[in-house]
Amino acid sequence: MGLFNHVGKYFLLLFRVFSKPEKLKIYYRETIKEIDKLGLNSIGIVAIISIFMGAVITIQTAYNTENPIYPKYLIGLTARDTLLLEFSSTIVALILAGKIGSNIASEIGTMRVTEQIDAMEIMGVNSASYLILPKIIATVLFSPFLCLMSMIIGIFGGWIAGVATGVMTTQDYVYGIQYAFIPYYIVYALIKMAIFAFLITSISAYHGYYSYGGSLEVGKSSTKAVVRSSIFILLFNVILTQLLLS
Amino acid sequence: MIEVKNVFKSFNETHVLKNINVLFEKGKTNLIIGQSGSGKTVLLKSIVGLHDVDEGEIVFDDTVFNKLEFKEKKEMRKQIGMLFQGGALFDSATVEENVMYPLDMFTEMSLDEKRDRANECLKRVNIINVNELFPSEISGGMQKRVAIARAIALNPKYLFCDEPNSGLDPQTAILIDDLIKELTIEYNMTTIVNTHDMNSVMEIGDKVMFIYKGEKWWEGTKEDIFDTQNKELNNFIFASKLSQKIRELKNHKN
Repeated sequence: MGLFNHVGKYFLLLFRVFSKPEKLKIYYRETIKEIDKLGLNSIGIVAIISIFMGAVITIQTAYNTENPIYPKYLIGLTARDTLLLEFSSTIVALILAGKIGSNIASEIGTMRVTEQIDAMEIMGVNSASYLILPKIIATVLFSPFLCLMSMIIGIFGGWIAGVATGVMTTQDYVYGIQYAFIPYYIVYALIKMAIFAFLITSISAYHGYYSYGGSLEVGKSSTKAVVRSSIFILLFNVILTQLLLS
Repeated sequence: MIEVKNVFKSFNETHVLKNINVLFEKGKTNLIIGQSGSGKTVLLKSIVGLHDVDEGEIVFDDTVFNKLEFKEKKEMRKQIGMLFQGGALFDSATVEENVMYPLDMFTEMSLDEKRDRANECLKRVNIINVNELFPSEISGGMQKRVAIARAIALNPKYLFCDEPNSGLDPQTAILIDDLIKELTIEYNMTTIVNTHDMNSVMEIGDKVMFIYKGEKWWEGTKEDIFDTQNKELNNFIFASKLSQKIRELKNHKN
């Protein structure tokens, strides 16, 4: 029953979130603020993780394909496909679930327990839409850019690590990056990322919006938001992979 | 005028409000008093529509508020101002932005007009030179006054205050009480204040309703309180040694 209750409340909340906004101008202004807060502020962590993950994927591939029958360009090809197909969308989304998911749940949860949401409702503002819709639009629009950036930086990190450790040459790596390239993989990753961004924001907002009690409950909501967003990212990863790549 | 008619409210098996009937008059500060857990806040939140009542009617002048459609209720809310116990100012907005918020959402005023109105409201509650500060950078008493300024920004017909003096020193509490009283007369609002502060009762209680275990136990004016024979109300009012002393002095004088 608990699960059905959550599912029902989640969709009712979404219904309120996507109802007609009071004033488009205000929502536009809030969306720009959220792009800065949730999107631009995530560039640093995504860049750092991507460069190191690109480096590690390259080095591990190199040490596991030392057999001379494997061509060296295989390292670049593996790094590229790993980054494009999984890392830059799924793993980056999991990282964002931790960063922006907890941020959203704790921000909205604190507003709930300090009666700021009640204050909005009393004024006649649709608090669900005002607080959540700009966050959803901001993350769904901006996260594909983070995904693209992660791909580029990850591939760059792989090249730096590969050349610096001497496991391959620049020519081999560049050849591998270009070899049998399927542009659709990028589209696939971007679609996945946009859907993951929606899941992270809406699930985290749901947990924040229905926080009751005090700071302890806000902390619990924040944890639930991260855990459940992560689970749904992994679940939807399987579904989307089957739908988009089969 | 706000009339509460036969209102019942329960949470699961707990009956919080039991057949409440009361009339809150226009241009007066109407107080709801009672112990913690007696149902004061639930009653106030039921009146403003934050809780749906199980039975009964909440009538704002001639409109049955709790039976309105969502859109009509939303329109009606623009005539309501509320001061919450903790102020409920938006943390991420400055003092000026907080007061401008309802104007931003519901008016077509230009930025200058909104700023002028916000400053007018802030000046009315004696707040100056803090427009650019955030709520966390001002004192509790100032936060309450800013919250009042935000509540009156749209010239409401109804003002609700949930324990406006909680966490304030006695002098600041009196300032807040006086401000609520003055604004009620100035804007000719129907004001309902939820409190368990006896100073407030004596300062601004034009009409007082005592709620006990979810039921209306007594109603009258602040002058009637000293002469009441209601046991539970007496226990509540004269709980402190100071108030007992005042009663003794009054009786002695009589």
